[in-house]
Amino acid sequence: MPDIQMPVPNGPEALSQRLAEIGARWPATQPEMVADVVQSVLASMRGDLTRVESSLLNEVVELGRTIANARAEIAALQVDDITASHIPSATDELDAIVAHTAAATDSILEVCETLDRVAGTLQSDAAGVLQEATTKIYEACSFQDITGQRITKVVATLKAIDNKVGHIIATFDRREGHPPPRPAPPEGSLLNGPQLPASAMDQSDIDKLLASFD
Amino acid sequence: MSIDKSMNVLIVDDYKTMLRIIRNLLKQIDFNNVEEATDGADALAKMRTSNFGLVISDWNMAPMTGLQLLQEVRADARLKATPFIMITAESKVENVVAAKQAGVSNYIVKPFNAETLRGKIEKVLGHA
Repeated sequence: MPDIQMPVPNGPEALSQRLAEIGARWPATQPEMVADVVQSVLASMRGDLTRVESSLLNEVVELGRTIANARAEIAALQVDDITASHIPSATDELDAIVAHTAAATDSILEVCETLDRVAGTLQSDAAGVLQEATTKIYEACSFQDITGQRITKVVATLKAIDNKVGHIIATFDRREGHPPPRPAPPEGSLLNGPQLPASAMDQSDIDKLLASFD
Repeated sequence: MSIDKSMNVLIVDDYKTMLRIIRNLLKQIDFNNVEEATDGADALAKMRTSNFGLVISDWNMAPMTGLQLLQEVRADARLKATPFIMITAESKVENVVAAKQAGVSNYIVKPFNAETLRGKIEKVLGHA
């Protein structure tokens, strides 16, 4: 049936014209009956599409839009930085916090032990008062253990996020174009915050550097 | 019941700061013979070669935890009667229950104060 392959006419007039053509080709066919069948099929399709398929189709279309938006947003976020730089840097910073608080706590405890030794040489009530004070300092210093454990948990959480982000990147690997370059910070590279011990200069390094300009 | 404060006390923690704090708090209540271990295996080895009248241990340590240490101690014919205090940040009910089932003598949750430590030691050694 070559005319079936032709573009389908639109509108009631086109439908009538089409039925007339079919009637001319197959005179025994009753066009009204064909129209009824077509209307019935269209009506049932429209009914199904409205109730179930149409709803499902809308959901699928919406899902497609969400995925496309997510992909565009992830591309704009420069997610590679999260796994390559941000999370490793954050965990290093947290490790440094643990190390610095441990060092500070050690210094406090050392002073406390000196005070305890001095208290041992005193004969008056002052010895008791002094010991009571150092006891409170000892108690307070136990924060270092607690914060250390909490930070360890945070590091574990960050690593879990890192893995998830890596998985998302792998899933949305095909980028939707390149994101625009990020603007440079106003003060260039001068706003770095405290350095990690491995890459930091100590006071003697800074003194030497200053002296080298003289 | 008077407490023999000249007894050897073993303190176990993987945080050196905490060992130092506990050692100093013990010193303030006249326990001067204090040994340190940094995990359960280290502690068990020390217990098997020396005599300790009290063990004060953290829970969360590697490779052997405080709970495993406690189980080993309670399963050892020579060591099983040693008073054992757990000092830990683990404060969930299931932790306390597990420690109790393993035979812990008392349980102190971090952060703790000197008065709590003194009170628990007196309680544990008073009933030892």
